[in-house]
Amino acid sequence: MTSLTLSRSSPSRWRSGLRGLLLQRLFQAGLVAWMVGTLTFVLTRTLPGDMAYRIAAGRYGHDMVDSAAAESVRAELALDQPALGAYFGWLWDLLQLDLGRSLVSGEPVIHELWHQLGHSLGLAVMAVLLSLLLGPPLGLLAGRKPAGTLDRVSEVAASVLRALPPFAVGLLLILLFSVALGWLPAAGHGRFAHSVLPSLTLALALAAVSSRVARNAMAEVSQSAYYAFSHTKGLGSRLSFLRHGLRNAALPVVAYLGVQFVYLIEGVVVVETLFAWPGIGHALVHAIVARDVPMIQGTALVMGLMFVALNTAVDLICHWLDPRRRET
Amino acid sequence: MLAPRRLGLALLLGLLPLTAAADDRSLDVVAPWEITGLDPSTSGYVFARMGIGETLVDTDAEGQPSAGLASDWQVADDDLSWRFTLRDDVLFHDGSPLSAEAAAKSLEHAWRKPGMLDSAPIEAIEAEDGEVVFHLHEAFAPLPALLAHSTTLILAPDAYDESGTVRELIATGPYRLASLAPPQRLTAERFDDYWGEAPAITQTSYLAVGRGETRALMAESRDADIVFTLDPASRARLMRNAQLSIHAEPLPRTIVLKVNAGHPFLDDQRARQALSLAIDRSGIATGLLRHPEAAAAELFPEALGPWHLGLDAGESQDLERARELLAEQGWEAGDDGVLRRDGEPFQLTLRTFSDRPELPLVATALQDQWRELGVDLNVAVGNASEIPSGHQDGSLELGLAARNYGLVPNPLGTLLDDFGSDPDDMGGDWGAMGWSDAELAGWLATLRHDTDPEVRSELAGRVATRLNQAMPVIPVAWYQQTAAVGTHLQGFSIDPLERSYRLDELRWAE
Repeated sequence: MTSLTLSRSSPSRWRSGLRGLLLQRLFQAGLVAWMVGTLTFVLTRTLPGDMAYRIAAGRYGHDMVDSAAAESVRAELALDQPALGAYFGWLWDLLQLDLGRSLVSGEPVIHELWHQLGHSLGLAVMAVLLSLLLGPPLGLLAGRKPAGTLDRVSEVAASVLRALPPFAVGLLLILLFSVALGWLPAAGHGRFAHSVLPSLTLALALAAVSSRVARNAMAEVSQSAYYAFSHTKGLGSRLSFLRHGLRNAALPVVAYLGVQFVYLIEGVVVVETLFAWPGIGHALVHAIVARDVPMIQGTALVMGLMFVALNTAVDLICHWLDPRRRET
Repeated sequence: MLAPRRLGLALLLGLLPLTAAADDRSLDVVAPWEITGLDPSTSGYVFARMGIGETLVDTDAEGQPSAGLASDWQVADDDLSWRFTLRDDVLFHDGSPLSAEAAAKSLEHAWRKPGMLDSAPIEAIEAEDGEVVFHLHEAFAPLPALLAHSTTLILAPDAYDESGTVRELIATGPYRLASLAPPQRLTAERFDDYWGEAPAITQTSYLAVGRGETRALMAESRDADIVFTLDPASRARLMRNAQLSIHAEPLPRTIVLKVNAGHPFLDDQRARQALSLAIDRSGIATGLLRHPEAAAAELFPEALGPWHLGLDAGESQDLERARELLAEQGWEAGDDGVLRRDGEPFQLTLRTFSDRPELPLVATALQDQWRELGVDLNVAVGNASEIPSGHQDGSLELGLAARNYGLVPNPLGTLLDDFGSDPDDMGGDWGAMGWSDAELAGWLATLRHDTDPEVRSELAGRVATRLNQAMPVIPVAWYQQTAAVGTHLQGFSIDPLERSYRLDELRWAE
């Protein structure tokens, strides 16, 4: 447990409350896995159109689909069997950590996910890091002088960026950095440069929110009695900020990151499709089009679990940042 | 003292490979189609188009079967066995020679998987006396055309594992697969021991990009040298870009109206002709598809050789004649403008689907154009499967779909599926419904077994003419393949059969 070294002064206090938190998250993960799987199963089964035709089109291309191809797919995958049986079969496999095979490629779902998850996680981590570099510093600066020029300008910029859908932000970035300036590749993968625009697309909207949260937190801190007292006791504005401002303002920013992960996960689907990034969001879109049920369930499951895992990480960081939580 | 000179020399030597590398530039192709894996049965098309894999039979400039890996072929007098003679100087990418045994084995794998060969009456594929021999249980003249399909790429024996799964792509083309990252990317390099003329470009890559906007922007930012399939809005913008040349070519994929000829309103061929005459094909092609040359007055475009009749799309519309034809059948305009016969309004439902985004648009254009004629058309946009299922249960009235007649260089296979050679049971999921024509069935049956080129060419014309007259399916428009190509490339052309990107004909401009 390397995390214990985070707060050397009070290891036992850091540990207290941690077990409950982790247990609760573990239970949540199980619940999410079951609910996501069930929901995707019900939704894909109730989508209009004949699944067998969809799967045949996904496998052999639209030009090759006729009722004979659809019937052979139906027979091979036993699609005419009652849905309930298929559902319990899936649940039983899931309990044994078996996600099945893709109906289109025939490869085990877990292999495909492993490959794609790496690409998506790379993108997500880079987006969060970029957003933390862009958003909170700007917010903290703005929050130290509420209603100042920087505060006003950054508020407008943040509203615009958050209101634009990631698809539009991505297109604008391609137009600027690839077409007009020629600095970065428009789409694709393989080199580091390829990841800059997609992660920046995600980061801008994340930064828009985190800068405002940081700004509000900082504004609140800078108007608080303890902050005024730090000045009174003779600390300069730099030391006051570092010792009393930063940690207090960081708490809501980190806590809010948890909420923003929803945006990140939904943004990944759009951004990966736009930038031809071979991640899990891209795979989800294709799996839905081809009615590749095990792939849909697998990707949705991983996304759901990722959400729980990221929120757990946020909890852990808050737990470490905020000594008050450890007593409760 | 010497150190700076040495440094200078080292720098100079360091630069040398860079100047040499200018010729090793990678040619980057971007297209919407994903790579499912290594197996030709699912991804053969991309390996064939990129010049990595080859088939026994190739196509010539007129779209007719020509020598590929097989230099020549003959059919036995009983029409039941075909012998393909292989080129003798062909090496696989692993250095092993192409033998009849290797080719027969590879074709046998292809035959056992879903693809083109399972529609042929094949009994066995064998290697005999250095030739690949197909034994059939009935005569089948279009066999060479099927062997031009990308699901029949010839791979080396070592490409397969015991279960017949492709483990490594060891093929024979002018380019060799260097890396593959499904579902999106592959790279290839020139194969120096290629049997034919060596291509000028040494490195290539393929990237699958699903979104049209992204593809267009990649062409504009020069991230890609060739971008296939441009959406209409982007195409107009790219045409103004001096660094790009835009190419378009009609494909043998036709937007067709499948007509239930068993329906009481549509069982007379004059009714189907009237509906066809009321379609403003040029308007649809120019206004919706943004390609005036997409207007299709017949099913088969020029790429299909003898099947193409050369009709003028501008003359395919004649509203007056359409009204006369319907009046002859007792239809009279009612007060609301809708035609009526025995009190019954001329009302039909057209099913289509949105997988191909232009289909619903074309459907609503037809709705509007037929209103002029007095036909009240409901458009139902659903799933692609509703057309075949409506065919099977007889509930379909009209269906709007896209049909590819050029899967192989001969549309016969598709036509046999769509119209059939059994006069008592003509029709197919994407073809005729409730329609029969004994004479046409006979022609198709002859085409199935007769290998005489003159007879085949003559019959092809007859079939096309009859289909155009009786209209069991009504042609509306041809799809266009479009491409944006950087002006730094020379020698680009589009293969209308989409078998190849013709990368071996390209070179960098000086």
